[in-house]
Amino acid sequence: MLVIPCPYCGPRPELEFSYGGQAHVLRPAAATNPDPAGWNAFQYERANTRGLHAERWRHVHGCARFFNVIRDTTTDEVLRSYRSGEK
Amino acid sequence: MSGRWRLAAGGNDLDRSRPIRFEFDGRAYQGLQGDTLAAALLANGVHLVGRSFKYHRPRGIVAAGPEDPNALVTVRRDAARTTPNLNAGQVELYEGLVASSQNRWPSLRFDVGRVNDLLSRFIPSGFYYKTFMWPRTAWHRLYEPRIRAAAGLGMAPAEADPDCYAQRYGHCDVLIVGAGPAGIAAALTAARSGARVLLCDEQPQCGGSVRAERAARIEGKPAAEWLRDAMQELAQAREVTVLSRTTAFAYLPHNMVALSERLTDHLAAPPPGKPRERLWQVRARQVILATGAIERPLVFPGNDLPGVMLAGAARSFLHRHGVLPGNRVALLTAHDESYGTALDLKNAGVDIVGLADLRPRASGALVEAARRAGVPIRAATTAIGTRGNLRISAVGLSALDADGSVSGAPEWVDCDALLVSGGYTPSVHLHSQARGKLRWDGAAQSFVPAAAGQPCRSIGACSGLTGAALAEVFSQAAAAACAALEACGIAARPASFTTSDDMTSGGSWLGALPLPGAMRGGKAFVDWQNDVTAADLALAVREGFRSIEHIKRYTTTGMATDQGKTSNLNALAIAAQQLGRPIPEVGLTTFRMPYLPVGFGGLAGYARGELFAPLRKTPMYDWAAARGAVFEPVAMWQRARYFPQSGEDMHQAVARECQCVRRTCGLFDASTLGKIEVAGPDAVEFMNRMYVNSWNSLQVGRCRYGILLRDDGFVYDDGVVARIAADRLHVTTTTGGAPRVLGMMEDYLQTEWPDLKVWLTSTTEQWAVIAVQGPQARAVLEDLVGQADISAAALPHMAMTRGLVCGVPAMIFRVSFTGELGYEINVPADYGAEVWNAVWQAGQAHGMCAYGTETMHVLRAEKGYIIVGQDTDGTMTPDDAGLGWAVGKSKSEFIGMVSLRKPALRDPDRKQLVGLLTADPRHVLEEGSQIAATPGQRPPMRLVGHVTSSYYSPVLGRSIALAVVSGGRARHGQTLYVPTPRGETAVTVTQPVFYDPKGERLNA
Repeated sequence: MLVIPCPYCGPRPELEFSYGGQAHVLRPAAATNPDPAGWNAFQYERANTRGLHAERWRHVHGCARFFNVIRDTTTDEVLRSYRSGEK
Repeated sequence: MSGRWRLAAGGNDLDRSRPIRFEFDGRAYQGLQGDTLAAALLANGVHLVGRSFKYHRPRGIVAAGPEDPNALVTVRRDAARTTPNLNAGQVELYEGLVASSQNRWPSLRFDVGRVNDLLSRFIPSGFYYKTFMWPRTAWHRLYEPRIRAAAGLGMAPAEADPDCYAQRYGHCDVLIVGAGPAGIAAALTAARSGARVLLCDEQPQCGGSVRAERAARIEGKPAAEWLRDAMQELAQAREVTVLSRTTAFAYLPHNMVALSERLTDHLAAPPPGKPRERLWQVRARQVILATGAIERPLVFPGNDLPGVMLAGAARSFLHRHGVLPGNRVALLTAHDESYGTALDLKNAGVDIVGLADLRPRASGALVEAARRAGVPIRAATTAIGTRGNLRISAVGLSALDADGSVSGAPEWVDCDALLVSGGYTPSVHLHSQARGKLRWDGAAQSFVPAAAGQPCRSIGACSGLTGAALAEVFSQAAAAACAALEACGIAARPASFTTSDDMTSGGSWLGALPLPGAMRGGKAFVDWQNDVTAADLALAVREGFRSIEHIKRYTTTGMATDQGKTSNLNALAIAAQQLGRPIPEVGLTTFRMPYLPVGFGGLAGYARGELFAPLRKTPMYDWAAARGAVFEPVAMWQRARYFPQSGEDMHQAVARECQCVRRTCGLFDASTLGKIEVAGPDAVEFMNRMYVNSWNSLQVGRCRYGILLRDDGFVYDDGVVARIAADRLHVTTTTGGAPRVLGMMEDYLQTEWPDLKVWLTSTTEQWAVIAVQGPQARAVLEDLVGQADISAAALPHMAMTRGLVCGVPAMIFRVSFTGELGYEINVPADYGAEVWNAVWQAGQAHGMCAYGTETMHVLRAEKGYIIVGQDTDGTMTPDDAGLGWAVGKSKSEFIGMVSLRKPALRDPDRKQLVGLLTADPRHVLEEGSQIAATPGQRPPMRLVGHVTSSYYSPVLGRSIALAVVSGGRARHGQTLYVPTPRGETAVTVTQPVFYDPKGERLNA
């Protein structure tokens, strides 16, 4: 079980969180009339990174906030976490 | 068999004042307190304890610990408390213990399955990939049932597990796994520095190899005395926890280690209510692994006869239990430690008939001591076979030529036990589970830990210090403990330990022993538990397997419950030799958790029975239960499905409830509906972006049916949404969808539109929802409602108002999932039962019934109202479901909007919701049935859709069905066909609304 540092609550055990997939996937607004390829990339294309991976977690059984984590997918080491909208 | 198997004195683990009676395979025996089952059987001269997995060969006790591949037994307390596949070396003896051998019929000494051994030429490794192919039909009827019956060792009990199991979390500065000399030295060092220490050991008593130590002195004391003092010091240290009978079986990410603590299995009468096991999830800042090493057997023909045992196991049984492996003992070794074992046995009065050493020469203090004592030593000697039926009676020893080959004739040496040792394999399992790297140590002929994958250190034998001087082990342990403390930011007080009279040892043999060139036949076992021989591994390589992972899977070597603890390195060496490549190049197979088998009970812990999952009950649950409602689970809720009156089955109850709602009125508990309050200045804009509908025009006090898509354009959830204030919407969801809809809303609000000023609150459990449905609904409620006007003019369909119901503040929604005039009264949950009861009392004069979810389903299907998840399946657009009208036409954004533009999602041939009517009105289609456009097809058929909902409608007096059919809306009036195994049914495609299509009743 991972220890995940929630930027709002501090380190907590993984079972307080739910996984939210790859971070920083930009959702094209409908009003921008996204082309099919761009929309497809948003919906289905993910990096499947080996190594450092930016991913979303939600402290669902805590503060309920979404935030981002940099995790090494080969070691599960969590390098840092930061709030949504931050880099 | 006659003989003397237990010494009159000695045995570090024993309490000789407490004899213990036990039973094995129906025969009574006697042991002593402190014995394991393996030790007690050996003390009675019993070596034969099981039959092997594939060939049903007689097998004996090989090892003294849980690594034993053979000695698996079933221990039975009662029919439910029966545990198969326990290791006899781990089963502690208690008064009245009942154990039995496995994988034999009719008896252990005479086993019919032994015929497999004679047929072994026809069942080589991977035989199941090559046979059972023909005829095809025989697989289900003949082969598979037979194979299933033959496979496996012990039998799991059929009854539920009556014991309870505990779980807890542990936190410490340093977790030390293994309480042998290294682990104890590390624990003492850490404890003296004031660190929070958790020390665990799988044995009942800590000490590890110290318990079988013969001569060494530590801190000037005999080893046993030092051990006692050390454990006492640890027991008294305030921040130290020592767990015996505790196996660290999994090393998980972020330095979490899972421990299984056995609490009552060693007790004759476990106290009722006390947990049988405790699962520890320990989060350690630093971990020290002191898991020791496992002795390797030697691979030669007939090496699996009962009486062939690891030399170190014999030494352990001797020193810990005063038990002798035999009276005429031969040894075959490549490790110096065996000389000490021979010496100790000789001193105990055993006749040592020969000690064969595979190495051309051996030297060192142990070797010299054995030589001086007159142990008959044969250097450069191997074994080419054994004799004996159910127990070894002789071993064939042959001299090795200078080039390591065998040419001369063997000499058969009579013996009743053969002790073998190929050296020690460091137990790097946990280090590897922690993703640590391994390094091949050519001198030690073993893989040893290299870079750690997590904050952990290996010390003692598991770090490669096998046979090393205790002084070296102690100084390594103390240094590792100091380094671990430093990493925790704790000032370490370095400890040192003096030792004397200690002897070092070394030596190793990997792979199969050499055989005379002409020799054929005879099985040289590598993996005892899965019956894998050296020849099987050679065959796998001949058949083209190159990767050790593939060779493992093809031969199944190392894949039994022992996970190849004694066999993996020998298997690797044989494969490497066959492949003509060095061992480190071939590489090891992956070490996976668990290190030892762990029972399901411990893993399940408290999460069983009523505690397996939360049970959610509405405020009206007790009322329904008292009236004999039949409940169904829906998303953890217990929902009343129907209310049978005397003698009614479900069909009759539902028919009565349906008729009653349509004729007068019914009362329905809709409390489980998901409810989310969307509040804030941007609440309406937020809903515009979330749901397909346009919300700007929704007035306060009005409701609208909302549809939520995912961004792929498919229906995700639906429900009535009410604007209860200018800045506040009351959103209802499906019962099962409530948490995921809230999660999705939070996701988009927090990460896509964080600029919106909106707050989301789950109010599902805040409100009890009492649905009053039917032509009499208004009449029932009129007298109960205060401070609100619920007349048709003031509160039309899809309107809401606040008021009092039975004096309780309420939100009254004029909504209907039945197609009748209906109200859903929301009152604070604490008042739910009271208001419900009052409405029920008032309804009696109007012929009111209570109805459940089954009736609700029929009534909504008569109206063609879909249920998301039943009539939709995650691939339906709003238009597919006939709900295209709900999609706001002039919106600039909603979830799924872009996807709905895709041509594929606008295809007129997509599956669309329709109604189906069977020609025979009594015939109710089966939900999920496929639909064909043309009759009489044979498989593979061309199918155009499937039935999603199907009921008998009591009001219409006929069956009705909802279905999704390709281009369905253009097919109204067409005849389609539903093929089933019992024949084909013709159906007519209709509108999906079967009852009151104009909605006159709804708007009454």
